[in-house]
Amino acid sequence: MKKYIGGVFLLLIISLPITAHARLNVFACEPEWSALADEIGGSLVKSTSATHALQDPHYVEARPSLISKVRKADLVVCSGAQLEIGWLPMLLGKANNPSVLPGRDGFLEASTVVVRLDVPDSVDRAQGDMHPQGNPHIQMNPHNIARVARALGERMALLDPENAEAYTTGTEEFLARWNSAIAGWEARARPLAGERVVCHHKSWIYLEDWLQLEEVATLEPVPGIPPTAAHLSALLQELGTDGSGADAIIRSPFQSAKASEWLQEHTGIPAVMLPLTVGGSEGADNLFGLFDDVIDRLLALKQGPGQ
Amino acid sequence: MKIRLQHLSLIGALLFSTQLYAQADESAELAALREEIRLMRNEYEARIADLETRLDAAEERAADEPAQAAGPPPGEAYQPPVVASAGTVSVARDNAFNPAIGVTFQGQAWSYQNDPDDYVIPGFPLGGEAGPAPEGLSLAETEISMSANVDDKFTAMLTVPIAIEDGEVAVELEEAWVETLAMPGGLSLRMGRFYSDIGYLNDRHFHAWDFADQPLVYQAFLGGQYLDDGLQLRWLAPADFYLEFTGEVFRGDNYPAGGAANSGMGSATLGAKTGGDIGFSNSWLLGFSWLRADADGRESGSEDDPLLFTGDTDLFIADFVWKWAPNGNSRQKNFKFQAEYLWRNEKGDYSVPGGTEGPWNYDQSGWYAQAIYQPFPRWRIGARYDHLSADTPDSVWQGTPLYPMGHDPKRYSVMVDWSNSEFSRLRFQYNHDQATGMTDNQFGLQYIFSIGAHGAHTF
Repeated sequence: MKKYIGGVFLLLIISLPITAHARLNVFACEPEWSALADEIGGSLVKSTSATHALQDPHYVEARPSLISKVRKADLVVCSGAQLEIGWLPMLLGKANNPSVLPGRDGFLEASTVVVRLDVPDSVDRAQGDMHPQGNPHIQMNPHNIARVARALGERMALLDPENAEAYTTGTEEFLARWNSAIAGWEARARPLAGERVVCHHKSWIYLEDWLQLEEVATLEPVPGIPPTAAHLSALLQELGTDGSGADAIIRSPFQSAKASEWLQEHTGIPAVMLPLTVGGSEGADNLFGLFDDVIDRLLALKQGPGQ
Repeated sequence: MKIRLQHLSLIGALLFSTQLYAQADESAELAALREEIRLMRNEYEARIADLETRLDAAEERAADEPAQAAGPPPGEAYQPPVVASAGTVSVARDNAFNPAIGVTFQGQAWSYQNDPDDYVIPGFPLGGEAGPAPEGLSLAETEISMSANVDDKFTAMLTVPIAIEDGEVAVELEEAWVETLAMPGGLSLRMGRFYSDIGYLNDRHFHAWDFADQPLVYQAFLGGQYLDDGLQLRWLAPADFYLEFTGEVFRGDNYPAGGAANSGMGSATLGAKTGGDIGFSNSWLLGFSWLRADADGRESGSEDDPLLFTGDTDLFIADFVWKWAPNGNSRQKNFKFQAEYLWRNEKGDYSVPGGTEGPWNYDQSGWYAQAIYQPFPRWRIGARYDHLSADTPDSVWQGTPLYPMGHDPKRYSVMVDWSNSEFSRLRFQYNHDQATGMTDNQFGLQYIFSIGAHGAHTF
């Protein structure tokens, strides 16, 4: 009996360090969600992102390294709305990890907890690579981040019940900081309301909705088709050469600067690179920095060159 | 005059008084009007307030729908739309459970100097579906695929190519398999008809390949691609890097197996794969696999008068793929290097049309290497080199298709393709083919279009 108890005790000692280090393994498809998991869970979470800010999250392959990461994930969190349609189903199919399949607690599709914009009434690929469930680039409205934070916090608490309280507190603390940051951003961004923008791809409609920007054109003739010379010259006709056609030409870090710089040169409308997620620029080193930097860059354009 | 003055004053007074009266009258009217307006304003304000609450309610209801958009009026603080919790249920139509359906259209045009019907690689009688595409315009397979989850534990996939063979429309069953979703421990089991996991290209459909024809090693050793009915068990090790092991058992009906030998369990494979990333810009995949096939009267060479082989085939494959894209952003620019080495030993008995037959135990090997470069979006260029070599068999076999020529078969290829979107691709290819012993310059044009379900970005 004594031996038996001793054995159990030994087993407990052996297993203790393992449980103490068993952090919640979060696999995010995009950097904003791994950053959010870190904000909420802190050191309880080990998060990793499948893509980084300099990659187009639609054009990623189911790489071997990603398969092995999904295999060990406790939670997979992705924007969804078919943004990752080319590689996530393949990844989930190869990773042999039933707990993170869609429909299970270990899978969270962020776009299902926000109001999606641009949901088409009908889809036809003649109109480009369309997303039947709406525009998937939901992260560019901080109010959406707040909604996802709540859903993510709840999911983390569900998957790691021992630390449930910590995730709840983590969510509340984050939201308190986040909401006061939103108030600051909205106050600073007020002069931007009504500005007209030309976008490379329709990645910015949630930002436009939030800051009340008006999208007057896109550099892609239809979503997913790279800018063509014919389309750019049509845009030049439309926007004129005196710089009055729009207030800014926006692209994300992974899009070639060629098209937007050509249009800037010919129309006089200033072109700007805006981070589309965490890590997209030097300032966007976390979620707070992301929106700080986006607003800084847009305000700097408004104040004109030399700022 | 006086009277006149009095009159005047009287008139003046009268006028004055009427004016006064009019003024008094007017102010009463004004007050009444004001009152009326006040009432109206109150009423409208009430109506507006009522409308506003109804609008809010409508917005809330609308937000409960899967999606809608209602931006705030310009100049006002952002009012986030209200949304219901995740998992909103909508009324499902009868076809809501339809599988994901895709169709791939493929067509080609080839020009050869030599007659493709006489395409024979000395020493490597071709089996299965190997061989060059028809000369001139032709359709390659038109492939219909369907896939969906069966329930919470199984998923299924069907691929049905429709091909024109000798002027006849032929519907084939290419892939029809069911795979487990919920096996523990990183395991999954696939059952049905499917492409074997051996090598790099074998389990990839033809339309996903980077050239318009198969590498010579696939033609010589796998009959194009090895496809059969069987079971596949896959285990993904819980390591920090990618490490996967696969074991398969097949019926053994198709080349390089044949005749469903060994009571209908004619071939088996084992494979291991590993891979990873080097920084953001590089990733790689390395695989080793082994196929053991029992052949029982396996046919190769001419369809009408084939060679027959009964015995064992052992095939080893080593494959390596390396991909580079600046910062991992392959959309703009990327490079892919791919190479496979195949070695086989066949031991058994060959019977060749014309009467030669006898024991056979020889080794053959071959490899190919190819590089594809996308310098900017939509355009890719590529080059490939193919090489085969074989033991020289006993002089008994001289003059038969099993006897290799004095030098090794090889082929040089280049291609350029243009993809308007992920769903369309047009390709030009040139081969300098020295596999048959007679040098052939081959020019090919190919199109690949897909509609419906979004294709997968495999590594």
